[in-house]
Amino acid sequence: MKHLLQQIFRSGKFVAGFSILATILLIVLIYPLVVPDSPLQIIGQGTFFAPGIYVNVYDSISAPHYTLNLDEAAERRIVSRFKEEDREAIREWLVGAGLPESEIDIANTAQLLDQWFTNFDPTKRLPGMTNADRNYYIRLNNSIQGLLSTEAAIIAMKNGETAVLEESGTVPQTAYVNVNQVANVRVLPLGTDNFGRDVLTQLVSATGVSLQIGIVAGLIATMIGLVLGLVSGYVGGIVDDVIMFITNLFIVIPSFVLLILISFSIGQEQRGAFTIAVVIGFTSWVWTARAVRSQVISLRNRDHVNLSKLSGHSIAHIIVRDILPYIASYVIMALILQISSGILAEAGLSILGLGPKTTDVPTLGLMMNWAMIYQAHILGKWWAYFPVIVTIALIAFSMNLMNTGLDQVFNPALRD
Amino acid sequence: LKGYRKYFLNKLLWFLVTLVAAFILNFILPRLMPGDPVAAIVSRLAQGMSNTTGIQAIYEQYAEQFGTNRPMHEQFLLYMRNVFQGDFGFSFSQYPRTVADVIRSSILWTIGLQFPAIIVGWIIGNSLGALAAYRRGSFDKVVMPVSIFMSNLPAFGMAVVLLVIFGVSLRWFPTSGGYGFDLIPNFSWKFLWSVFVHYQLPFWSIVLITIGGQAIGMRSMAIYELNADYVKYSRFMGIKDRKIVRYVFRNAMLPQITGLALSIGTMVGGALVAEIIFSYPGLGSTILTAVLGQDYPLISATTLIVTLMVLAANFAIEIVYGILDPRIKAAQAD
Repeated sequence: MKHLLQQIFRSGKFVAGFSILATILLIVLIYPLVVPDSPLQIIGQGTFFAPGIYVNVYDSISAPHYTLNLDEAAERRIVSRFKEEDREAIREWLVGAGLPESEIDIANTAQLLDQWFTNFDPTKRLPGMTNADRNYYIRLNNSIQGLLSTEAAIIAMKNGETAVLEESGTVPQTAYVNVNQVANVRVLPLGTDNFGRDVLTQLVSATGVSLQIGIVAGLIATMIGLVLGLVSGYVGGIVDDVIMFITNLFIVIPSFVLLILISFSIGQEQRGAFTIAVVIGFTSWVWTARAVRSQVISLRNRDHVNLSKLSGHSIAHIIVRDILPYIASYVIMALILQISSGILAEAGLSILGLGPKTTDVPTLGLMMNWAMIYQAHILGKWWAYFPVIVTIALIAFSMNLMNTGLDQVFNPALRD
Repeated sequence: LKGYRKYFLNKLLWFLVTLVAAFILNFILPRLMPGDPVAAIVSRLAQGMSNTTGIQAIYEQYAEQFGTNRPMHEQFLLYMRNVFQGDFGFSFSQYPRTVADVIRSSILWTIGLQFPAIIVGWIIGNSLGALAAYRRGSFDKVVMPVSIFMSNLPAFGMAVVLLVIFGVSLRWFPTSGGYGFDLIPNFSWKFLWSVFVHYQLPFWSIVLITIGGQAIGMRSMAIYELNADYVKYSRFMGIKDRKIVRYVFRNAMLPQITGLALSIGTMVGGALVAEIIFSYPGLGSTILTAVLGQDYPLISATTLIVTLMVLAANFAIEIVYGILDPRIKAAQAD
């Protein structure tokens, strides 16, 4: 056993796959200890907040302020608040006012503002300009003036008795707070989803649930496949015929269709994550049964099995002691593949809206389902779906690598 | 061709048996669940539709059509009769359209999308795999990891990635639907072009997924064959390399054809989900609307149609296999 493990861990592919999977598992186990929030808790009011550090505005006003005199601060402030459509509008006005189009560069903020202030005249009427347009340009001019002002913002409080605003302090443009001194800062590394839930917390929890679904489904499928394969292969005769008939039927009837039918019949309320795992397990045993059977048939007439038969051992004894050890490596590889395909099956079902019910636990498929329903991919909200796809792909990839590695250890003929 | 007849009849018989089994499963699975389907339908209708005449019509028609108060075997005969007449009843979610009508408008999209995509993917994948096995070296080192990674990406994942890159960011192709929203299906050049443009992303996402798995399989088969004794013997005999490669390719391809037959069900399942991502007007999107609308007759009919398609594809592949594999000819000649 020890020697075998050593050999397995010498295979590069297996180790690579194993490390990816182990990292994912570790994150799933450790993350909830660090961030103990419930994964389904709705924290954001609104949909799809972008990833970033969210600093409480109220707290940062009352936090100690520091004055930092930074040269680029004013410019950055203007650039970030000077919107694209305003720049376009300014260009239109300038062109209308007779400036050559080649001289206007809307990306160059300083030059654009300079041209605007030297040329803009609120009384001037450009050809084809309506009154509404003129008022718009006057408003635009005022807001740009406001942008450029260097006065401090005033903090005012309502007086409890007279309801009159009273100035309680000012925030000059050079005021800074230290993030560490702001009481409430929330880091959302992957933003929020369509319900305003923290995507990262949800993703970690969903990965855990999906892995559990995969493991339950894989164990069930492998157990059924193993038992049917062993019985069919070893006992043979009419039992073999019947089992193989059923197996061949289920090979051609797409298991995806069975999954849809069964999940729909169970109904939304009854579909927990565990139920779905069991259903997936019961529809995906076919491959294991076929493969185990053919392995058993090749073992059935080996000398040591015949010897065991002659010694009068029971069928159960022969199967457990003389056949199982020879196919154990194969069964483990089948189990790994079943787990990864179980995770994929859950994801596919959930996208169809037939996955586990949504109020219970998150799964990778459900996250994908919500992101698709709320059009995250069309709206460019990559954080809602891309990490999910990457996680699914990583899990499947790592398990496949482990499998290939094991295959090379157990079947020397496949080694490169 | 006389030798093939037995093989062909054998496969046809097996096809019919699986067909009956698929019918039975499709009939029995929803009825195995606790509570009778009509009660479930009534409770669902009570929450959903506002059109009371519609509800009444569906309910009466349904109870009569499926005779749910009769014994099981009579229900089954009734079901079979209805199915053979192409009568699946009314769709709940799209009343007053019939289920047959809904399916008729979506099935061609699915067939037109999936089968060419799977076949093209299969051909490209096998060629790449065989080339990787034959050339080895740096070509192999590039093709293999890419194939392994692609075959591990779920079909819907590939669909989303392609959609975001080519549909949303680059705006080369439209992001959803089977043709432009402003068009009515007809045979004008404008409509056909629109269909063609909408076809590209779903098509390539299925092709790319198929390529990965097939290339891996073909590569290991071809490596195995290249090391076989008959190849070494042919080399000693001085047979030209190109001729040997043809033998090798043919031998390695046979298991790949069986593999295609066995995995086509899984592929179609994945491709149906990919359709949903692109809102392609095929059976996948129909299943989604049916699930969302709790539309039992539509789900039951769609799953039956998908099963039929997969079984028919399987049958066709088995027939092709019979013609290609010389061992079958030999076995039947005895």
